[in-house]
Amino acid sequence: MRKIRKIEEKFFKIISQLATYSLVAILGYIIFVIFKNGFSSLSWEMVSEIPSGGYYYGGDGGVLNAIIGSLYIALGATLIAIIIGVPAALFINSHLMQRKRSQNTIRYILDALWGIPSIVYGAFGFTLMIYLGLSASLLAGILTVSFLITPIVIRSFDDVLSTIPRGLYEASFSLGSTRTETAVKVLLKQGFSGFITAVLLAFGRGIGDAASVLFTAGYTDNLPGNLDEPAATLPLAIFFQLGSPIPEVRQRAYAAAAILTLIILIISLSSRFVSRKYQKKALKF
Amino acid sequence: MIITLNDTIMKEEKIQLDFAEKLDFETKNKQIPENPAVTISNLNVWASKHHILKNVELKIPKNKITVLLGPSGCGKTTLLKSLNRLTDLDKELYVSGNIFINDEEILHAKKDIPEIRRKMGLLSQKPYPLPVSIYKNMTYGFKLKGIRDKKLINYNVELRLKEVGLWEEVKDRLHSSPDKLSIGQQQRLCLARGLTVKPHIILADEPTSALDPTSSKIIEDLFKKMKNQYTIIVVTHVLRQAHRLADNVVFMSDGEIFEQGSPNKLFKNPETQELKKYLVDGN
Amino acid sequence: MRLKRLLYNRFGEIWMLSAITIILLFPLVIGIALFIKSDSIVSSYSLAELLFSSEWLPSEGKFGFLPFIISSIYVTILAFAFSVPICLLTAIYLSEYAPKRLTVFMQTVIDILAGIPSVVYGMWGILVIVPFVGETLAPMFGVKSHGYSILSGGMVLAVMCIPYILSMLIETFKTVPNGLKEASLSMGATRWETIKHSILKKGRPGIISAFGLGLAKAFGETLAVMMVVGNVVNITANPFDSGYPLPALIANNYGEMLSIPMYDSALMFAAFLLLIVILFINLFFRYFIYKSQKI
Repeated sequence: MRKIRKIEEKFFKIISQLATYSLVAILGYIIFVIFKNGFSSLSWEMVSEIPSGGYYYGGDGGVLNAIIGSLYIALGATLIAIIIGVPAALFINSHLMQRKRSQNTIRYILDALWGIPSIVYGAFGFTLMIYLGLSASLLAGILTVSFLITPIVIRSFDDVLSTIPRGLYEASFSLGSTRTETAVKVLLKQGFSGFITAVLLAFGRGIGDAASVLFTAGYTDNLPGNLDEPAATLPLAIFFQLGSPIPEVRQRAYAAAAILTLIILIISLSSRFVSRKYQKKALKF
Repeated sequence: MIITLNDTIMKEEKIQLDFAEKLDFETKNKQIPENPAVTISNLNVWASKHHILKNVELKIPKNKITVLLGPSGCGKTTLLKSLNRLTDLDKELYVSGNIFINDEEILHAKKDIPEIRRKMGLLSQKPYPLPVSIYKNMTYGFKLKGIRDKKLINYNVELRLKEVGLWEEVKDRLHSSPDKLSIGQQQRLCLARGLTVKPHIILADEPTSALDPTSSKIIEDLFKKMKNQYTIIVVTHVLRQAHRLADNVVFMSDGEIFEQGSPNKLFKNPETQELKKYLVDGN
Repeated sequence: MRLKRLLYNRFGEIWMLSAITIILLFPLVIGIALFIKSDSIVSSYSLAELLFSSEWLPSEGKFGFLPFIISSIYVTILAFAFSVPICLLTAIYLSEYAPKRLTVFMQTVIDILAGIPSVVYGMWGILVIVPFVGETLAPMFGVKSHGYSILSGGMVLAVMCIPYILSMLIETFKTVPNGLKEASLSMGATRWETIKHSILKKGRPGIISAFGLGLAKAFGETLAVMMVVGNVVNITANPFDSGYPLPALIANNYGEMLSIPMYDSALMFAAFLLLIVILFINLFFRYFIYKSQKI
């Protein structure tokens, strides 16, 4: 009996350890495959030029159109998400401070919104676009992506705000500040690291998402100059070029994927860095 | 040649005798009761750079209630948890020294740690019933041991629940969840659950801090009744409780033991400044 | 000065209130919009016909969603089966055995895995999983497959779901009080017995919810799956065959949907279906978590 228990203990410790390390291995493997394939075909031309005439048959050019388009869409959508999301998160934690029930209900709905897949947002964005008489364009793409990432901004900012001690609000109230002033002066200041991480998270999601811009942003070989022009995006550039029968074009998809992965890696590592740095600062208070 | 050898043996015996006398003398001098159930020697615990326990030397007498008294954060809970090696759980803790339970070293024993822990029943600050029925809480120890004898198990369940005075209150709802019991009842259930594995020692970490006065009294009375069969170690920061319960008080502050002895001696004639201050603040 | 302050407060309040109202009405608006758009197909066909017919010939006006629904469920279940053991074991290891430094490191690993875009996962799937399934696994089982299959979809999806499920599991295990572990250990249980008999039982609602929400996530994932699953309309039990999940149907046909009558309505119906199923699962399990945390 004792022996079986010992073996069981050892066995599960080892396989759970294996599972953990296998995750590290999977991540390493993914990044290795992406970078190995990508960097061999990555060139300065890839990131500095738009596709030339024969690009999709293996001709000259790069994916600058997609890089710029993605940046525009992600930046624009993040801006809208901040405009709507930040006040909403502040509201939950200032005006609704004493109403636990409403707070919980709102968080519940937001969490559910976070769970809606991007293809549904894409379909909705498409419907809205038709309804408003727009065509596939930078604007429609920005709007759709902003739907997708606003719940993310609110919930991750709210997560940080909700850890701010109550005493701080009460001190602010007792100094004669209104709720709105408290929200802006105390919460925004104290939760600044949360704000940054929320924005970075949302930006990362926005730049990497394909299904939402598939219907709405369109695709073009030119740099988007106006809100009503279509815009290429990196995820779609990867997706379309991967489907090509020509090996050179597929090579470019790998390169584009390496670029996108690099951007995402930088974003997630810097958001880690920011949150950790601010956490240390907050502890000193 | 033979004579010399004999001399050497004689000498060694004499040294041993001297040592024993010295030990005896020290024991008398410090008035530590005989038959220690637990002997702690030179115990040190660090949490990264923080020195939580500093050179703790302690003998805990058998079949007595020993109260570890001291302000919060003085390391008494850590001391208690190093006794049954729950300190192993915290990877940040570094523990050194020796702990003997009935002359068996346990702190560095590589062997069966669960077996060591079985010898000590633990009662925490809050009751932690396992998320199963009352009955299954009581049979957990048997399940772990692989004992399936229904008759034996049921006999023990009843015996232990009676021991803590809970049998009459729960016998009709053994198969329902312990969540519906009051906190005081839950704490007694946890005590009874601990007793099913036949420990020699009971470790209680502020066992009444979450309870109302009535339930606290029940637990305290139980301890007094149980000390004939168990060695009981209670952590508390409440002076009155130490007064009521203790046969032997150990006063700790900031990771060190300052004084120990009978409650009468300690509370009437405190020797160290720390204890004097604590007694004044505590009252 | 006072007027300025008053205006500032008023303006701030209005802004906050409208932001929160917009966002709360959002799921409703999406639902209504998609419902209106799918109205023309729902009113022309019976719901049973749409959901349980397997004939999909939009140009002839035949819209049976059954193959897509079954593909979706199949892929989701496979992903679930692959990811659950890894997630559970990793969460156990990280919360019970691992040193703190490893836990912090793994948090970064999980974050990065969660951040990698769907399309990159899809590409990795094409480069690694598809050949693996087609050239290694299929011959092992004595089947012919080009690798673009339900199995590949399930495997890629499993990797994508891991960070999502795992972080919820870790949260759940964090809420199990230390005292409970100590109680079990001091009864002479080993670490594993403590995990098995008390932690997994205590955390059960959270664990079930994490899995449920993981299912919902897998069900709605689009691009990565679509890139490796083959996109062939058929109903099959063979995981080495191609499939065609619902999200892929929507994403693949956005180009033609305006040229065939009712096609756009059919796709919007598919999106509506996805929304309802996923929203329902989300609301259900999140409520479950909420309820269980209260007790």
